[in-house]
Amino acid sequence: MTLLQDTAAPLATAAVSLRHVTKRFGAGPNVLDDVSLDVAEGEFLCLLGASGCGKSTLLAILAGLDAPTTGTVAVPGGRPALMFQEPALFPWLTASQNIELALRLNGTRGKQARRDRAGELLDLVRLHDAGTKRVHELSGGMRQRVAMARALAQDSRVLLMDEPFAALDAITRDVLHEELVRIRREQDLTVVFVTHNVREAVRLGDRVALLSSRPGRVAKQYDVQIAQPRRIESPEVAALSVAITDDLRAEIRRHADAA
Amino acid sequence: MTLVRDDLASLEAGLDALETTAEPRRSRLRAYASATWPPLLALLLLVAAWQALYSSGVKEPYQLPSPLDVWTALKETATSGDLAEGVFNSLRRGGLGFLASVALGTPLGLLLARVRPVRRMFGPLISGLQSLPSVAWVPAAIIWFGLSDAAIYAVVLLGAVPSIANGMVSGIDQVPPLYQRVGRVLGARGLTAARFVLLPAAMPGYVAGLRQGWAFSWRSLMAAELIAYSPELGLGLGQLLERGRQLSDMALVFSGILAILFVGIAVELCVFAPLERRVLRRRGLLQW
Repeated sequence: MTLLQDTAAPLATAAVSLRHVTKRFGAGPNVLDDVSLDVAEGEFLCLLGASGCGKSTLLAILAGLDAPTTGTVAVPGGRPALMFQEPALFPWLTASQNIELALRLNGTRGKQARRDRAGELLDLVRLHDAGTKRVHELSGGMRQRVAMARALAQDSRVLLMDEPFAALDAITRDVLHEELVRIRREQDLTVVFVTHNVREAVRLGDRVALLSSRPGRVAKQYDVQIAQPRRIESPEVAALSVAITDDLRAEIRRHADAA
Repeated sequence: MTLVRDDLASLEAGLDALETTAEPRRSRLRAYASATWPPLLALLLLVAAWQALYSSGVKEPYQLPSPLDVWTALKETATSGDLAEGVFNSLRRGGLGFLASVALGTPLGLLLARVRPVRRMFGPLISGLQSLPSVAWVPAAIIWFGLSDAAIYAVVLLGAVPSIANGMVSGIDQVPPLYQRVGRVLGARGLTAARFVLLPAAMPGYVAGLRQGWAFSWRSLMAAELIAYSPELGLGLGQLLERGRQLSDMALVFSGILAILFVGIAVELCVFAPLERRVLRRRGLLQW
């Protein structure tokens, strides 16, 4: 299951491609500084970094919510889907209607067609009975699964995730990791997953990119050659996590010297 | 070492079951019943206090009639048809005025909320107008439009439009920015985003504004009807009240006040309270 690839060479079949991307807001310092990254089709890339590494800015640029100051962004498959830390479901709609709205905005015609497709997507995240529920009637994990179904409704090959499980309890998070790995395999998705949790990155990613902070740069990359399915408690995951954590700490220490 | 798929499915189902608690559903009927009797009890106490005051003789009966006198007067105006005519005319004016205020106040609120220069120029004025008692407009309206329905409607509009517009503004201001980001990620821009994201998200504030707008319409209408008293205008509740004053018929005055109060309460209970409850309950902001 592990993908092996040469991360130095540009990829012909990149689902996401960033070239020398720099971003600053107004006259402020660079938030992102000369970031070049390729994500292969079907790859699961985790972006890891401490505060101020510009992870969320990077995702916003990939999602087209923000434009880079310089550099180029290419997402050949079209507008990617994006999941936030909060489920951000619309509370005036039911679970199913939230998904139907995404389908409608995506150009899916016919009310019945949308309803059927929403049902399929709810099945996919194993919430077939929750379609008529209102958002406030769902648990945190269920809400995030509906949000995932809504993101999948966009029918994009690329799914961007901005710390989507950070607000969940550890048990639920563990189950959703398993779920995400399954869905990504079934749907053959390319995923860019932002997190500040090293173990989570190693648990999920084919590749982990460590970003430095202020400005955000790609400091180091790791191919995760551990067979899926993985467990977050496994010794292999732990070993690589220790190595990455050491590098991450070294990155953070540089700021103590600077200050 | 690893979970098989069916294991995961049942694990997830177990987790979902543990984390969702069935909301205890109270029966609507019982909820209404338990909400109804305390105000009725209060009403009974008030009438008893009134009767006691009357019996003690602190005021002359022509200044303070007994509850029974007022009841008789109310029945007389009801049998003569004046009450029905007054209620009908006032409700018609209040309703039409309110609808016109909604039609004007809603786009005005949207404009204020979404166009920054408009907000900066007119925002303080519109908020300020809310605190201007609309009775202050009555003389101006009479000079502009004479003793006519137009004068009455002008006063109602000037009273209600600002509060409806302000409701829209505060509704939109309270929309979490994240919703609009989600809308953009899903591909909603411009009018589509307004229709599917912004306006539904702003509903609670807007409905609160409508409710207040109705209260302002009704108050403004009564102020206008009291002052714009002319036979051509047709009998409204305000005019009924004014007639009582001219005849020094305190029982008629009291029945006028009561009729105005009850119509106001009835519209609130039958229209705005259910509307607001519905909007809030959908979002889980209300228990029943």
